[in-house]
Amino acid sequence: MTDPDILIVGGGLHGLCAALHLARAGRRVRVLEARQVGAQASGYSAGGVRTLGRHPAEVPLALEAIERWHGIADLVGDECGFRAVGQVRVAETEAELASLAARVERLRAAGWTHEELVDAEMVRRLLPAVAPHVLGGIVARRDGFASPLRTTRAFGRAAEAAGAEIIEGARVAAVERRAGLWRLRTQGGETHAAPLLLNAAGAWGGRIARAAGETIPLGFNAFQMLLTEALPPLLTPVVGAAGRPLSFKQSEGGHVMIGGGHKGQADLDTGTVRLDVPRLAYSARTALDLFPALRGARIVHAWAGIEGVMPDALPVIGRSAVADGLVHAFGFSGHGFALAPVIGARVAGLLLDGPEAPALAAFAPDRFTLGGPAPETHPALLQPAG
Amino acid sequence: MITDLAIVGAGPAGMAAAIEAAALGLSVTVLDEQPAPGGQVFRAVEAAASDPALAGEFLDAGGALAKAFRAAKGIAYRPRTTLWHLDPDAGLLSVTSSGATAEIEARRVVLATGAQERPVPIPGWTLPGVMSAGAAQILLKTAGAVPEGAVVIAGQGPLCWLLAVQLLRAGVERLTLLETGSGGALRDALRAGGLWTGRKLLAKGVALMRETRARGLKVVRNVRDLRAEGDGRVSTVRWRQGTRDHALACDTLLLHEGVIPSTHITRALGLDHDWDERQLCWRPRLDEWGATSHPNVAVAGDGGGIGGWEAAAAGGRLAAIDAAHRLGRLDAAARDGRAAGVRKAQRAALALRPFLDRLYRPGPGILTPADDTIVCRCEEITAGQIRGAARRGAAGPNQVKAFLRAGMGPCQGRMCGTVVAGLIAETRGATMEQVGALRPRAPFKPMTVGELANARPEAMPELTA
Repeated sequence: MTDPDILIVGGGLHGLCAALHLARAGRRVRVLEARQVGAQASGYSAGGVRTLGRHPAEVPLALEAIERWHGIADLVGDECGFRAVGQVRVAETEAELASLAARVERLRAAGWTHEELVDAEMVRRLLPAVAPHVLGGIVARRDGFASPLRTTRAFGRAAEAAGAEIIEGARVAAVERRAGLWRLRTQGGETHAAPLLLNAAGAWGGRIARAAGETIPLGFNAFQMLLTEALPPLLTPVVGAAGRPLSFKQSEGGHVMIGGGHKGQADLDTGTVRLDVPRLAYSARTALDLFPALRGARIVHAWAGIEGVMPDALPVIGRSAVADGLVHAFGFSGHGFALAPVIGARVAGLLLDGPEAPALAAFAPDRFTLGGPAPETHPALLQPAG
Repeated sequence: MITDLAIVGAGPAGMAAAIEAAALGLSVTVLDEQPAPGGQVFRAVEAAASDPALAGEFLDAGGALAKAFRAAKGIAYRPRTTLWHLDPDAGLLSVTSSGATAEIEARRVVLATGAQERPVPIPGWTLPGVMSAGAAQILLKTAGAVPEGAVVIAGQGPLCWLLAVQLLRAGVERLTLLETGSGGALRDALRAGGLWTGRKLLAKGVALMRETRARGLKVVRNVRDLRAEGDGRVSTVRWRQGTRDHALACDTLLLHEGVIPSTHITRALGLDHDWDERQLCWRPRLDEWGATSHPNVAVAGDGGGIGGWEAAAAGGRLAAIDAAHRLGRLDAAARDGRAAGVRKAQRAALALRPFLDRLYRPGPGILTPADDTIVCRCEEITAGQIRGAARRGAAGPNQVKAFLRAGMGPCQGRMCGTVVAGLIAETRGATMEQVGALRPRAPFKPMTVGELANARPEAMPELTA
């Protein structure tokens, strides 16, 4: 194959989505994936498609993304298992309910109407199985969930159909900029070169950035999930809680997935994860508190996927502050799945010398290294993983 | 409190390992799913002491081992306890018992989880009235339950003959054995040798066969293309013999194609395994002490390769002796001295194995059933769907799981994992090593949300997001 215009590190959802947009724009794209497509966070996401409860900086992107999800088959030729079942965030105390109400007010003042405050009766209509102590909540009715691996593979297939090249098993071992080209050497010893580089390496994004001479304070987590056997219909929307991390949903097949951000342990060098059983038990207790009917449901799988996490739980999206021809898109901190269809388009724009969109300012790669005050490190609302 | 040695399973290997380790001064914790010691082979042996249908080696040898296990000092025995997660680096075993989860800390772990019956996916095997021969034997041993009406045992292996004797003694009148092995297997098996060393076991087998004849067992040989049929319940079993089709009415069909090592946990831990081409199963890679590729974990008994209960007990003792050495309680010379006699017993017990493995080699079709056969019982996925996924690009059972959910059900792929791999290998023209083994996830056995939520209070984390 002829030399590519753009190299993308990371065959996860964000890298593949960017590859799709770039290939459709007529660029020669090569994706280097260390393992297989969707091997880490993209394949192990809970698949939540959520505008609800987003950090204000993410709201415009999330609203644009939800429109793309509603036409996802037009974008990638597969409906990706997307179901617009809505998302609900429940309040368990008066204080939580007041904070949700204040949030909805603030959003309205900014002109956003996608979140709706609902009372206890409406919550019970949306979630007949919810525990009696729930006092109300917020709902985003156009939200839903999709199938993570199916979505990632669909983006990969669409990118390939548009001419992108995806190389699996190509772990990047060295990064160098020489004579206007990014030269990447893989562990297998091959070298790939192109004038432009996209770092979409997820939890490994900080390492790629460092290799390119840029320090970005990326941490990582192994978000744990539980999956039950197929159960009779228990709930339709995806459920979160205002006061504790939870992401809870039932697939069409009846399996209930319990996630939300209780972390296991991970090793970036080996890519292995270890379950943290006490935290897993905490997840189970949260789910039981809100849905007591789950007590006897059998858990058939518990797992964790490695995901990059930033100190302010916001992603890194933007041009490198120190190197030419380098764009970053990583560190989605457990809630990037839903944003992917729009991030890929924005990132493609950045690589193709489009204007730096003001909406991306909060995600600047150098926001923690500039001299000014440190960015706020707590999002307005708990953002459950997935 | 940290225990020196945690042993998972209280069958012959687990009991023998515990007795030996306790004798060597190790603190030992034995956890087992069953309410009483015995494992599969000596299941409920203490309670069955007076049942004439089960008389013989089962009660004599099994009873003696269970008695010694009960009498040994320094063993914390935890029955009705299920291992659902193991972190071997940290030595943490997560278990469920009495409706709650708990953690056990151990310096070393011996997995003595035994064998499982080889799944026999034939058309109709999910019909009520069709079960495995092993399941029928469990019903007989624990509940004294005897199937009514016409009973057919179909398959091959020593258990078919043992179960036939046990069912006939228990009063089953219409019993037929459809043997699936081929004539050539015996000639091949005789070449394997070991018949003199293993003469005791061989004599046991011959005696079993004689007794079934005397009690009127009908035997049909060279059976293939088995099918179970019926409306809501099995009523007919069909097969081919030579060029002719046959059918027989039956009320209960018991399938058996031998037993294979239970590698569910060793695969979930990501330990090294080898494909056993003769017995068509995975085996964890072990050294002469049963040590695995993980420095803290050993395997004893049938879980490392089928050898029967005497070999399992010897393997358990060797793993315990090795544990004492690794934990600094026994120097190398003392270890080797103590092991010498045990090794001799192990060799004698295994002498007949090459003969049996050849004689009862499963047919090649066992891993490649017809397209209309359900392979994953939990999610009702057929062989045809799995071949389709393999053609679309699924290169291994872990990818088929992502494509089709085969292996995502409550059995966690125990029934389908190896067949899925076999179908992929066939479709893609690859070897089993290339296709790889299904990597199960925790929980190793399903537990309820309530059990997990009831973690012991000291194990509760701070409430942090």
